Amino acid sequence: MQNLTLLDGQKFQITIKRLCHQLIENHNDFSESVILGIQPRGICLADRIAAELQSILPDAKILNGNLDITFFRDDFRRREGPLVPNSTKIDFIIEGKKVILVDDVLWTGRTIRSAMDAMLAFGRPEKVELLVLVDRRYSRHLPIEPDYIGIQVDSINSQKVIVSWKETDQEDKVILLSEK
Amino acid sequence: MAEPGHNLSTKHLLGIKDLNEKDIQLIFETADTFKDVLNRPIKKVPSLRDVTIANIFFENSTRTRLSFELAEKRLSADVVNFAASSSSVSKGETLIDTVNNILAMKVDMVVMRHPYPGAGVFLSKKVNAQIVNAGDGAHEHPTQALLDAFSIREKYGDVAGKKVAIIGDILHSRVALSNILCLHKLGAEVMVCGPTTLIPKYIHTLGVKVEYDLIKALQWCDVANMLRIQLERQDIKYFPSLREYSMLYGLNKQILNSLDKEITIMHPGPINRGVEITSDVADSKQSIILDQVENGVAIRMAVLYLLAGQKP
Repeated sequence: MQNLTLLDGQKFQITIKRLCHQLIENHNDFSESVILGIQPRGICLADRIAAELQSILPDAKILNGNLDITFFRDDFRRREGPLVPNSTKIDFIIEGKKVILVDDVLWTGRTIRSAMDAMLAFGRPEKVELLVLVDRRYSRHLPIEPDYIGIQVDSINSQKVIVSWKETDQEDKVILLSEK
Repeated sequence: MAEPGHNLSTKHLLGIKDLNEKDIQLIFETADTFKDVLNRPIKKVPSLRDVTIANIFFENSTRTRLSFELAEKRLSADVVNFAASSSSVSKGETLIDTVNNILAMKVDMVVMRHPYPGAGVFLSKKVNAQIVNAGDGAHEHPTQALLDAFSIREKYGDVAGKKVAIIGDILHSRVALSNILCLHKLGAEVMVCGPTTLIPKYIHTLGVKVEYDLIKALQWCDVANMLRIQLERQDIKYFPSLREYSMLYGLNKQILNSLDKEITIMHPGPINRGVEITSDVADSKQSIILDQVENGVAIRMAVLYLLAGQKP
């Protein structure tokens, strides 16, 4: 196994800050916008983004929720066993709002497809955008592209991209794991 | 907590006997999310959209059948219903023939209620479909036990260490057996209470306490699960009259108020008001009878989801 660090230390923090400023460019004071982190790994990024936005815009009310996509996946009965669901926590109305879906890694796009399906059970947003920390280019199975990207990486299928977070894994870091 | 990556250890749900504690915790955790789904404006998820389920009921049922059907529909499964009374069974068709004919129409799962104990086990060995037992004679009624334990967990936070008294017709009750097995696996203490004639002879082998005095049982327990007298299964007289039964084993407000603590009242339904329980108790704040019904849909969704999710 070979590890290649793609993002860590100060560069990681700068990337998060840049994503926040890009969001502010499009969403002003966030009065009409909400953030939805996709369970399980997108919620760390969503929480971080929400906290950072709050510190940049102290007067804004940043709405941040968790979206679980387990029941909307397209591989049910096609994998060995069913996945255990996580909680969905959306304490606000998304009808007519601009929704920013947040996930750590965008790879095939299937998770995002499921997330859009899951989200529609809560209402009809005015607009949906996608923010990801890592975009694995040229590997999409569906016509889905992100609006905000932390870093882009060219990888092959056998490689893995792992994002670790200070809160749960002691360190903010993105690594590319290769088999050889 | 169920371990991540844990799957049910069984392909069918024939009885609580086949489940281990991890399976039960997994079902509960999955049911928690489904309960959340059931409180959303859109109460439906697409998980079972390519699964067809037949509900085959050889015995009457209101709650269980409706609850299964709703659970299936909330999971987007295709559902066919079958009641023995209006079918070719009355023309002399055997159980296996009936089910195989239904399966020939490409059905993936069968939810079955049958008056004979072991009907589900028998079927699971003979046909190529996943079987969910919705009650087999006086043997087991696993989803009822799961939803009862789930309701206790919801009320008290945990089932372990709780004292549960099952009161009434233990002899003819499938709910009693499944409840005893399920509660024991989750670490609760169980007592059965009823007239001597309605307590099975070898009940001690299940490791439960036995009490013949209703007041003593109520004073001991945190939760009282009141069972109906199953007159349809009684071929001889087990007690002199319903009136006498109700005087000795019927729960009323007066008895409830005389206890020095507040206990929770459960009932699997259908209630015979005025026999095992009076209306003022059934409708009181201590009763969680309607919560049980609500939880029934979530538990059945969890069971169907976890079974159907196994690779065919």
